[in-house]
Amino acid sequence: MTIVETRAKRGDASDGTLGGRLSRIDGPAKITGAADYALERQPDGMVHAVLVDSTIASGRVLSIDAEAAEAAPGVLLVMTPDNALPIKSATDWLGTPPPDVPYEPLARTITFSGQHVAAVIAETFEQATSAAALVKVTYEDTAAIASFDDPRAGDGMAIDQMTVEWGDAEAALASAPVRISQEYKTPREYNVPIEPHGLIAHWQGDTLTVWEPSQWIDGMARTYAEWFDIPFENVRLRSPYIGGGFGSKALPLEHGAIAINAARMLGRPVKLAVTRPQTFTAYGGRPATRQTIALGATREGKLLSIVHRGANETSITGIAVEPLGSVTSIMYATPNFSSRQNIVPVNTVKPGALRAPGENPSAFGIECAIDELAYEVGIDPLEIRLLNYAEEDPHAKKPWSTRRLREAYAAGAEAIGWSNRDPRPRSMRVGNQLIGYGVAAGTYPVRRTPGEALVRILSDGTVEVASSSIDMGQGTYTILAQTAAEAIGVPVETVRVKLGDSALPRAPVAGGSQLANLMTGAVHKAALAARDELIGLAINDPNSPFRALQANTLVIENGQIASPRDTGSAVAIAEVMRRTGRDKIETLRNTLPEKLRNDKDHFRNFTTISTMLSPTDGDYSLHSWCVHFVEVRVDVDFGTVRVARMVSALDSGRLYNPKLAESQWKGGIIMGIGQALLEEGIVDSRHGRVINNNLGDYLVPTNADIPDLEVISVGIPDTHASVLGGKAVGELAIVGVAPAIANAVYHATGVRVRDLPITLEKLI
Amino acid sequence: MRDFSYLRAASVEEAINAAALPATMLLAGGTTLLDLAKCGVADPERVVDISHLTGLDTIRVDGEGAFIGALAKMSRVAVDAAIQQQFPAVSEALWQAASAQIRNMASIGGNLLQRTRCAYFRDPATFPACNKRSPGSGCSALEGVTRNHAVLGGSDACIATYPGDLAVALTAFDAVVHLGERSVAIDDFFLLPGSTPNREHAMQPGEMITAITIPTSVAARHSTFIKVRDRQSYEFAAASAAVGIAFEADGKTISDIRVALGGVATKPWRARGVEDALRGRAFEPEAVKQASRLAIEGAIDHGANHYKIELAPRVVERAILKTGAMA
Repeated sequence: MTIVETRAKRGDASDGTLGGRLSRIDGPAKITGAADYALERQPDGMVHAVLVDSTIASGRVLSIDAEAAEAAPGVLLVMTPDNALPIKSATDWLGTPPPDVPYEPLARTITFSGQHVAAVIAETFEQATSAAALVKVTYEDTAAIASFDDPRAGDGMAIDQMTVEWGDAEAALASAPVRISQEYKTPREYNVPIEPHGLIAHWQGDTLTVWEPSQWIDGMARTYAEWFDIPFENVRLRSPYIGGGFGSKALPLEHGAIAINAARMLGRPVKLAVTRPQTFTAYGGRPATRQTIALGATREGKLLSIVHRGANETSITGIAVEPLGSVTSIMYATPNFSSRQNIVPVNTVKPGALRAPGENPSAFGIECAIDELAYEVGIDPLEIRLLNYAEEDPHAKKPWSTRRLREAYAAGAEAIGWSNRDPRPRSMRVGNQLIGYGVAAGTYPVRRTPGEALVRILSDGTVEVASSSIDMGQGTYTILAQTAAEAIGVPVETVRVKLGDSALPRAPVAGGSQLANLMTGAVHKAALAARDELIGLAINDPNSPFRALQANTLVIENGQIASPRDTGSAVAIAEVMRRTGRDKIETLRNTLPEKLRNDKDHFRNFTTISTMLSPTDGDYSLHSWCVHFVEVRVDVDFGTVRVARMVSALDSGRLYNPKLAESQWKGGIIMGIGQALLEEGIVDSRHGRVINNNLGDYLVPTNADIPDLEVISVGIPDTHASVLGGKAVGELAIVGVAPAIANAVYHATGVRVRDLPITLEKLI
Repeated sequence: MRDFSYLRAASVEEAINAAALPATMLLAGGTTLLDLAKCGVADPERVVDISHLTGLDTIRVDGEGAFIGALAKMSRVAVDAAIQQQFPAVSEALWQAASAQIRNMASIGGNLLQRTRCAYFRDPATFPACNKRSPGSGCSALEGVTRNHAVLGGSDACIATYPGDLAVALTAFDAVVHLGERSVAIDDFFLLPGSTPNREHAMQPGEMITAITIPTSVAARHSTFIKVRDRQSYEFAAASAAVGIAFEADGKTISDIRVALGGVATKPWRARGVEDALRGRAFEPEAVKQASRLAIEGAIDHGANHYKIELAPRVVERAILKTGAMA
């Protein structure tokens, strides 16, 4: 397990109580290189696996000639579907039981370029890499459909569960005085975390230890147990730090099965790390999307109807739905609404989750469309948003728990100086630079899964918090220390947080922006229980220094126990523990509802997402909200777009640590700038292959591309959303960035770019 | 392991002798060689390490010009005060090239020899056809995604763009590449692909870049480098221009002008048509605009790279206007 010790300064801005701006307590370990990432382990006897990937996008493997590779120095095994030990299929992440067929992570039938067809395991990484190039794969090549722009891809299949309709949207659109209709497109976008995916798999008898960066330790450990037909308890998955995931490290992948199987076959620890090009094919990013949005409105700009039709790419064999109507259906009040969605199978790796799947492209569509409507009817883009403000959830017809979007509009507009903007397109200019201001809103739902946590008060008065949840940079170590410190009444630097180990109390997926809320809730509950037990001990134990007080209760502050009436009598926790002879107080608590408090549902709660509540389960509709204001400069001759200023006002409810929440917001905003201006998986239509599969050619922003980012929190505690009042943070801030920039580019240039990224050739 | 022999050369002479053997590559900063080895393009049998050789990293500027040793690091040349004063376009080109980390490692000689970023060139496993890698195998780019490919200097065999920035500035100011005893004018050093895109420069086996010299000129002293790119750092040029101008005593008539383009051609591209149109003329914005269009004379696009034909003259025009205002 990984223990991160808190080093807090007291009495300054790094205050360690909940809501304080404590710096990340894992920061020093990361800065000094002391942080031990999973793939840096070097167990004795470890060997290396390298994948052989398909070079065609569609067809089948006719034969694999492994002779030369097997004869190469150091090679221990060339794994193919024909010699791999069988693996069982596993329950999926939704909890759907598996089909009774073997699971084959090495493909015989090829449905995308880059699919794993074999693996070479050798004593060294270099030997395995070299031998992998010697494996000769013969294919039968069939015609591939490279993308949904290929006419042969067709319209795909309708996903009826995505249909949302009220009123009569088509009729209301047809009779609306003002109508606009446009198509909006986003390309394939990739997670490209700096730490690649990979694992070290180590069997000892029928127990399996896996070192692997993971956003969901218990879900992945459960899958590994099912694949290899061993009890869940026999899998130890360890993930001390995660070097970026953005949604891509939550689910077990083919390469994991391959490495674990190789370790089983060879009886040695096997390390497999995907290469940088494989971060584009070993798992999918955000699928390419297209949406047609038709708005019907009064001449004053009041919405009468929204008709939305979306489609995203999926793989030939998998169903990946990027919910394109998720923001469309809740952002604005409209009496008539229709949203439907198709998925279009093409020869690609199955798309996956990338920061705010659904909400992100959905907001690009509706937030550009509403901007277009504002210009169509001749009112301010900010005005039209307030004119059509949704006072309740227009889809669920429930009140918002909190929706501080009006406050966000006001705060952001004030900070950017929105009123200084000349509303006419292409009207503001300095030298060669056209200046444009844009605005767009975003939202992300509050998802809820019950949590669990262990809290220990030790004999020396220090506190431990333990959970199999993870910290991928978002601040879990830090806010859980703050939560426990505040609940018990100890200095935050006396709290140690242990995360990233499946042997610890269970945790659901660190995804859907739910982890902070559910884990602070569980730690708070366990810590209060530990505190109560400590006070009970101090009151009742015959050896307690407080025994003589005959007190009903005691207070704990700064690690000292005292009578509420006589704080001069304060005694350190360690002294009470010593006097009473206790070596620890240990409380394990979960936040499961009564009906789920049985072994089966407890297990299901943490290893599938089947118990996750939707944002509208209950009496309220729970969402975080944000608005981005941006000023762009567009070179009048070159078409290059630079973000000059950006102000974002966000409602994530209560912030457990504003410094870390702001950092997460800014990270999302930076990713959004990249999405707007740079990121695009470029597909060669003949080969069905993403050809810019490296960080030199797949462009993400550099520091030079990012201005100072101003973020303003407008949230208030929302106890409908979570026990301690927080709402979603991590995935919120990317939502709405791309449309804000696209809208600013229109204001600067008079050119509407409806397909991302906004590259220079679209503006010259 | 893909085995190769490694020789740490004791002298330039030893390096040159070793480099004459087939399938041999020199290792200096390593930023290109290691990259290409990882993606399966470079597969040398012998690597000759010259990175530690002394006396090859001199940077000297005198009345004659600049002398830059082949092993001088990009970052050191970029910050050299005399280079900045006498050859600002050279310094600016280096500042805008690559990333800070690469500039600290990469040598000037290696920088000239960097290979194209053509995605098809860099992925031999998926795209076996590449005339630059395997002469006669075909070109995967011609019918492929061409957004970053050349509109000038291409052939039926290859349209790969020369990726560098420094060489563009050097081409504008008639730099000379020194190969030990032999020296070659930079415009002759880089070759057009023609039917032999595997031959990118005029070096013979056993030759090694030892230095680059740039003759002093008024135009070089009054020069600039403009690079237009999708991202503001660590990105190759969509189009770039190095421009230097000298005026007659009247301060208006252009006596000397140098224009070279990057990011749009198969080699660093001297735009002599633009120079000829403006030399002897009065510096005047409309004339500059007209002349700048000559920069893309003979350009051929392949669809996605069409924008370069629009963009390149605008970059040239901006660079000339900026330089003229400074001179």
